[in-house]
Amino acid sequence: MATNENKNGEGVTRRDFIHVAAGGVGAIAAASVVWPLVDQMNPSADVLALASIEVDLSSIERGGAVKVMWRGTPIYIRHRTEAEIAAAKADDSAVLPDPATDGDRVQKPEWMIMEAVCTHLGCVPVGAEGGYNGDFGGWFCPCHGSHYDTSGRIRKGPAPRNLAIPPYQFVADTTIVIG
Amino acid sequence: MAGNSNFQSNNKVVNWIEERMPIFSLIDGSLGASYPAPKNLNYWWNFGSLAGLALVIQIVTGIVLVMHYTPNTELAFDSVEHIMRDVNYGWLLRYVHANGASMFFIVVYIHIFRGLYFGSYKAPRELLWILGVVILILMMATAFMGYVLPWGQMSFWGAKVITNLFSAVPVVGDSLVQWLWGGFAVDNPTLQRFFSLHYLLPFVIAGVVILHIWALHKHGSNNPLGIDVKSPQDTVGFHPYYTAKDLFGIGVFILVFAYFVFFNPNYLGHADNYIPANPLLTPASIVPEWYFLPFYAILRSITFSISIPFTDIVLIDAKLLGVLAMFGSLAVLIALPWLDRSPVRSSRFRPMYRWFFWILVIDSFILGYVGAQKPEGIMPTLGLIGTAYYFFHFLVLLPFIMPKYEKDTKLPESISNPVIK
Repeated sequence: MATNENKNGEGVTRRDFIHVAAGGVGAIAAASVVWPLVDQMNPSADVLALASIEVDLSSIERGGAVKVMWRGTPIYIRHRTEAEIAAAKADDSAVLPDPATDGDRVQKPEWMIMEAVCTHLGCVPVGAEGGYNGDFGGWFCPCHGSHYDTSGRIRKGPAPRNLAIPPYQFVADTTIVIG
Repeated sequence: MAGNSNFQSNNKVVNWIEERMPIFSLIDGSLGASYPAPKNLNYWWNFGSLAGLALVIQIVTGIVLVMHYTPNTELAFDSVEHIMRDVNYGWLLRYVHANGASMFFIVVYIHIFRGLYFGSYKAPRELLWILGVVILILMMATAFMGYVLPWGQMSFWGAKVITNLFSAVPVVGDSLVQWLWGGFAVDNPTLQRFFSLHYLLPFVIAGVVILHIWALHKHGSNNPLGIDVKSPQDTVGFHPYYTAKDLFGIGVFILVFAYFVFFNPNYLGHADNYIPANPLLTPASIVPEWYFLPFYAILRSITFSISIPFTDIVLIDAKLLGVLAMFGSLAVLIALPWLDRSPVRSSRFRPMYRWFFWILVIDSFILGYVGAQKPEGIMPTLGLIGTAYYFFHFLVLLPFIMPKYEKDTKLPESISNPVIK
């Protein structure tokens, strides 16, 4: 309508400004309403407030391993034999999909501590229970056939990364705190 | 829909309502004598109504199961056993619901292959077809989340594997997965949100089904000859001809359904899901329900990464590539109306395409078989070949090879005059 046109013939009218301003306020209002609906799905305060756990390693014999739960995630603690450590060190120079030296992955060579969660799709690899440990003698994921070596490094199969190392520290010779 | 109805009644109450809200002419124009349907529809056209029935069965049994189920990791498994042992007819309701999912997928897969064979996705039915693919994707999401609810071993590990697919997304993958889980592992928050969404999505499906039917009724059903309706002689009224035929199909469908529910209720399931979920122990093999097996095979078939040649720089790692291939297998269906360049709809007049259609069917069965096997021996190679062929069919054969070699075929004059002279 002619009465709404800017008398000076400029392209932008006061009505355009009102449209943009109303649309902008509406968009911000919509986003501020949507965000709580999206964010409520993120980990809640009680899930985030996770205590660390203390594990006594003294009962784990050489060559043995235990699984403990931390933040709902299983953690492998393997007391590696000299042969396993040597095999892991020897493979430092092998062709690795996710290169890492064995020394970087352990604090003490005899204790291999890592998340028992295959980096492919989250299954728990087998390895410490005896039986088939994969082509590299470390861990084998039965879901989709990923092979990990004795340092938990991915060597073969669809997994993209090495098994993750959780934050942990030795508080005594044979006691660790994870988390 | 309602526009083509010449609905009339002598009933005063009906006329009073019709005057204020024309619902009777809407029904008459959608499912009644006033909805013209091609007169040559064969039994492959029964599966749309069967899919609609399967959806209704799932919603009805699902709503009553919720009256007894508890979505909590401590209680879910026991509440399902409570339904099986204590609730009156609980075993029946749960077996109908569990097997109903399989029945739903069977009829929908047949419905989809019917569309592929007779070219039902071609103009002017592209949007109808795309809405159908959307329904399939929603069904897959709903079925996956429903399978998690009993909180057995397969529930838990299936949830873990499938949610981990999203960790393949570059940069934000890990945050995305934690957002999906509501924690650092699949746990109670995950179960509760899956329950909420499993309840919601069937109603979203019902909404898209209404759009699907709306789009269908704009141009009417395709038919086995794949040619347009030319005159009223080519059609019959939907009622009583196809209402009766659909009811016969429903009778056969219920017989098959009842066999599984009453005589073999766990045949399509997995025994491991009767073991309560244990986050410390992955089952020796994780196998999805049968209707996901071809897609699972595609996911697992990719075990190589794409790198820049002669360098160590990985562009797309194997995990992301597998996930892309799996979602891509559905995306090519959305693009299909534009990938298939032939103007001829029905395979009856496309002798060359007919061969490739059946090869695609066999390929789907091979992928399904591979998806059920452990990834050992010949299986990964077979899966890779099957996956490659699937994409070859849609992305190379249909758009580039077939238009060069396919001979023009003569189409019949009309549905009433189907013999080519």
